[in-house]
Amino acid sequence: MKIHIPTPLRSYTGGNETVTIPGTTVDAVFTQLTTTYPDLKQHLFTPEGKLRSFVNVYLNDDDIRYLDAQQATAVKDTDELTIIPSIAGGSPAVAEEIALPKLSNEEIARYSRHLILPEVGMEGQQKLKAAKVLCVGTGGLGAPLALYLTAAGVGTIGLVDFDVVDESNLQRQVIHSQSTVGKLKVDSAELMLKGLNKNVNIIKHNTMLTSANALEIFKDYDVIADGTDNFQTRYLVNDACVLTGKPNAYGSIFRFEGQASVFATKEGPCYRCLYPEPPPPGLVPSCAEGGVLGILPGLVGVIQATEVIKLILGIGDTLAGRLLLVDALGMNFRTLKLRKNPQCPACGTHEIKELIDYDQFCGIEKPTSVGPLEVARDKAVAEAAIVDGIPQITVETLKKKLDAKENIFVLDVREPHEYQIANLGVPLIPVGSIESRVAEIASHKNDEVIVHCRSGARSQKAALALKAVGFTNVSNLAGGILAWADKIDPTMPKY
Amino acid sequence: MLRIEYSDYEALRAHGEQTYPNECCGVLLGKSITEPGIASMNSVQQIVRAGNTRTDSAHNRYHIAPQELVKIQRQARTAGLDIVGFYHSHPDHPAQWSKTDFAEAHWIGCSYIITSVEKGKAMTTNSFLLTGTEEDNKKFEDEAIEIMMAHIDNQKGEA
Repeated sequence: MKIHIPTPLRSYTGGNETVTIPGTTVDAVFTQLTTTYPDLKQHLFTPEGKLRSFVNVYLNDDDIRYLDAQQATAVKDTDELTIIPSIAGGSPAVAEEIALPKLSNEEIARYSRHLILPEVGMEGQQKLKAAKVLCVGTGGLGAPLALYLTAAGVGTIGLVDFDVVDESNLQRQVIHSQSTVGKLKVDSAELMLKGLNKNVNIIKHNTMLTSANALEIFKDYDVIADGTDNFQTRYLVNDACVLTGKPNAYGSIFRFEGQASVFATKEGPCYRCLYPEPPPPGLVPSCAEGGVLGILPGLVGVIQATEVIKLILGIGDTLAGRLLLVDALGMNFRTLKLRKNPQCPACGTHEIKELIDYDQFCGIEKPTSVGPLEVARDKAVAEAAIVDGIPQITVETLKKKLDAKENIFVLDVREPHEYQIANLGVPLIPVGSIESRVAEIASHKNDEVIVHCRSGARSQKAALALKAVGFTNVSNLAGGILAWADKIDPTMPKY
Repeated sequence: MLRIEYSDYEALRAHGEQTYPNECCGVLLGKSITEPGIASMNSVQQIVRAGNTRTDSAHNRYHIAPQELVKIQRQARTAGLDIVGFYHSHPDHPAQWSKTDFAEAHWIGCSYIITSVEKGKAMTTNSFLLTGTEEDNKKFEDEAIEIMMAHIDNQKGEA
């Protein structure tokens, strides 16, 4: 029978494209073939005598691997055998597979403490240089993340943020500084990062991360680091990571506690495996409402940066499949095991095939002036004269009423520690205690009551609660004590 | 060295643009010329488009079904040609062979052409010759591409 030899093997068959070998079975033909052309043997078979995995043999139009023994055995002289090595390949899925970029002498000097670590070494440092990491948010977590990744020599860092630097950010967002207050956060961060390492390539995404742009932004990066502080963006980042197959170095913080993990790796669970659904809106306050120990995001962000570096280098055990819990007050670190949920709509059943409306998923209204990165989960109070039946009065109107000594009752519904920072000298009942302590102010039921808080959101809730228990004339102070400090009393501190 | 007609060269680049963001792949038919005193040369006389069977990860993997390859080889034989190489594209990645490309390359003596396609536009086209004598010592060598403009010049001359 005729055997067709592929180009690379013809040097072992005397240059012949076709050789004719007698035999009645495939096995016999092969034995005869390798006897006639002994050099062929090692190219076709493993030392154990098995056909090499990349070599395909076709009997006429059929792969002999898929023919049953009898068919494969019996061959006629008119049959043809074709030996055909496989053709496959592909572009690198991750940066490390491409030829790695070289380091300059300046870089070799800069990264010498990495280079002498065998686990990093020259190849590892080149991998870092080739890597592209996206930091979602340049806030408390994003600041140490981006700074350490830049210092470590990650070649390309993408920054997503649309906010501007505010003085209240500087207590923890160490990537920004006093001189950049009022600037765009991405510009401010770039200034700091470039100052730290001139070699880093910064890609600024001065935009809100949304379902419309997330996949497009993510596709150019190898690793995503989620430094957001709200649930909408967290689910958005998770789903986009699962859809694009990029690992997510996750961190989150609240008051004195933090969490970190690595989600959406090939084998590991995703954020939805841990939390299939977001908590009801308002249950978990944001940092803006609940406060946060300034150093905590430093701690957690550096853990995220460590995980990013490990993912790039492929060393150690990442937090994939584990949730790290950080308690800064007790200074305890615990890890919980996480399992991949086979029913997970994102990474299990792959029911989620595209990004959804995450504001709706998390039960909140579209963000207005407060952005998704520092958003308040409370419904922002609309700018209208009357909201849900509660008149909204301005600080100027309140000032006039106070100056005119009108018979009004002003109530502060913030927390006692906020009262210490600044107050209007009026009674205080925190919004959470209004219903239980309503008896204390029952005498004002028919007076004009004006409720205020920090910015006007909690006081709106309190006003609704008072109205519900029979108060007849309740108004909300729009903009809260912050507006008072802005427009009436500039000496008052803002927080 | 790889020698290829301008029209074939442009066609294989265009193939990568058409399949973007997925990888394209195809086979180069021609003759391998070894003359004393000069380095061996793969001369391409025909290119054959192949279907990428990697539907699971077509954007960064390619695979030509062996059955299709058997047919292409038969077609080549009829035309008196040999398989002298393969081409594929790297969507949004450099025209440089990857570890996967190397691990999956088994046609020693054949040319592997890679075209980078950035955002749907064919950019760089490089060729790599798989040299060595067996799996254990094979390696990719950068290979010069000679593009034959003769036909175009003729057309211009006639116009």
